[in-house]
Amino acid sequence: MNDAGRQMTQNAGTEDSKFWKPEAFEFEAEAVAFEYQRVPALRGLTLRVRAGERIALLGANGSGKSTLLRLMDALHFPCAGALRFRGKPLTEEAMEDDDYAISFRRQVGLVFQNPDIQLFNPTVFDEVAFGPLQMGWPREEVLERVYATLAWIGAEHLKDRAPYRLSGGEKKRVALASVIVLDPDVLLLDEPTAALDPRSQSQVIELLESWNNGRKTIITATHQLEILGEISGRAVVLEHGAVVADATPSEVLANTELLESANLIHSHRHLHGGVPHKHPSPYLRHEHKH
Amino acid sequence: MSAGVISKTVRGFSRALGRTLVSENSAHAGGLLQGLDPRVKLIGMLALVVTAALSRRLPAMLGLLGLGVALALGSRLSLWSMAKRVWLVAFAFTAMIAAPALFLTPGTAVYSVIGLAITAQGARSALLLIARVEAAVTLSTLLVLTTPWMHLLKALRTLMVPVEVIALLAMTHRYVVLLTETANAMFESRQSRMVGRLNRREQRRLMVNTGGVLLSKTMELGNEVFLAMQARGFRGEVRLLTDFRLRTRDYLAICGFAVAITVAVVAGR
Repeated sequence: MNDAGRQMTQNAGTEDSKFWKPEAFEFEAEAVAFEYQRVPALRGLTLRVRAGERIALLGANGSGKSTLLRLMDALHFPCAGALRFRGKPLTEEAMEDDDYAISFRRQVGLVFQNPDIQLFNPTVFDEVAFGPLQMGWPREEVLERVYATLAWIGAEHLKDRAPYRLSGGEKKRVALASVIVLDPDVLLLDEPTAALDPRSQSQVIELLESWNNGRKTIITATHQLEILGEISGRAVVLEHGAVVADATPSEVLANTELLESANLIHSHRHLHGGVPHKHPSPYLRHEHKH
Repeated sequence: MSAGVISKTVRGFSRALGRTLVSENSAHAGGLLQGLDPRVKLIGMLALVVTAALSRRLPAMLGLLGLGVALALGSRLSLWSMAKRVWLVAFAFTAMIAAPALFLTPGTAVYSVIGLAITAQGARSALLLIARVEAAVTLSTLLVLTTPWMHLLKALRTLMVPVEVIALLAMTHRYVVLLTETANAMFESRQSRMVGRLNRREQRRLMVNTGGVLLSKTMELGNEVFLAMQARGFRGEVRLLTDFRLRTRDYLAICGFAVAITVAVVAGR
């Protein structure tokens, strides 16, 4: 961690210690470690997430963002350390209890990075109805929620289509709808706008804003700095499976050294006014001197 | 090779994928079997398959096969497609297994092929085996083609099939679709980068390598899909919007199945 990153994290910690109320935390990760077939993905990660926060998990590919989201969704469990949801440890044993598992799945939703993995039902309607049916909701309520959600994403006309035949943007919207139909308190998003054209990207962001309305906890894993301000009020930078900075999006964006060390920006040469020069990223404020 | 095995394989996978989709479409088409309660259909068809398996007389088996054809017509399934996908394939495999019986079963010789005598008893045994398999495969295929996969799983669950088996079947179905999709993409990608012809050795090496990669890739994808299902609350139990309810036509179907089974059992003894 560089000095600026360390300072930011320390500030965030100070703020935490002053106002920390255990019951107000959705997630608490303490020295969490996780590995995939002996390859470490998270190394002693510590993070606290308050209810209603919009957090961006920033990091290059392989930094541990997706793994952290999967741990938070209780799909994997820490090899070491502790992860708690609303004060209760998220463990395999806890998730074996049907009542707790259903209640947890109702409260926490994960939108996968690859919609082709998430969309496994024969039609869009079945896809959106899958979650509510697993919750055992009554038929009328399921129908009402599914139709309302399809209308919200503007996909009523797609309801009988096979999900895998949709365009990339439509797939992402349906994947989002398939989770938001449950109206979870916490939404985990893995690269929600990756590989989308600008229009589809802004559609997804607008959908998230219209759904959230400031009440929900949204944790978004991304390496797209250009959407940072729109999706988050707090930015957590991960590097090699650990938190290297925790600050506001503007503070993180202003820290070129941190962004470069976390591999989120890189200097590139280009022509400006016929003069070749280098600057770190097109998304960062910079001046040209020729 | 460049336009040979690979392109054929790509087309084969595309067709396999298409067939899966056609099955889902035909399951939703309005027809005789599609309109029945999946539980009635499942029990009725399974009972007919068991009857075909236990039957010892050709007329009973041909009767069951005829019933299968009539049900296929009533369910608006294409007989041409059934012939290509079911009857010919079943015939080819069973004929291979039954062929030795033609010559090895002791009895009265009725014909001779390159010095080997075909006996009447052997021909009857082979015919019985082929008819039995054709009837059983036709009836099973009808069940699968006229019932959405998830409805079939739910029907199995109501028959007390364990939740673990249902979860396994649900994943298997998804895995098959993933496998064909991935294979298709892999072969297309390889084809797009290939120029010229490969010799036979290279062809074999390529097919073996592709097979290995395909298997591990789809295994991983299958696991991911299972995680995605779990993330939305799936715990093995199949839940659908449709509640199974027995109606008049289902009771009529139960009577129809009972009559067909009784006739087949009596005729087949």
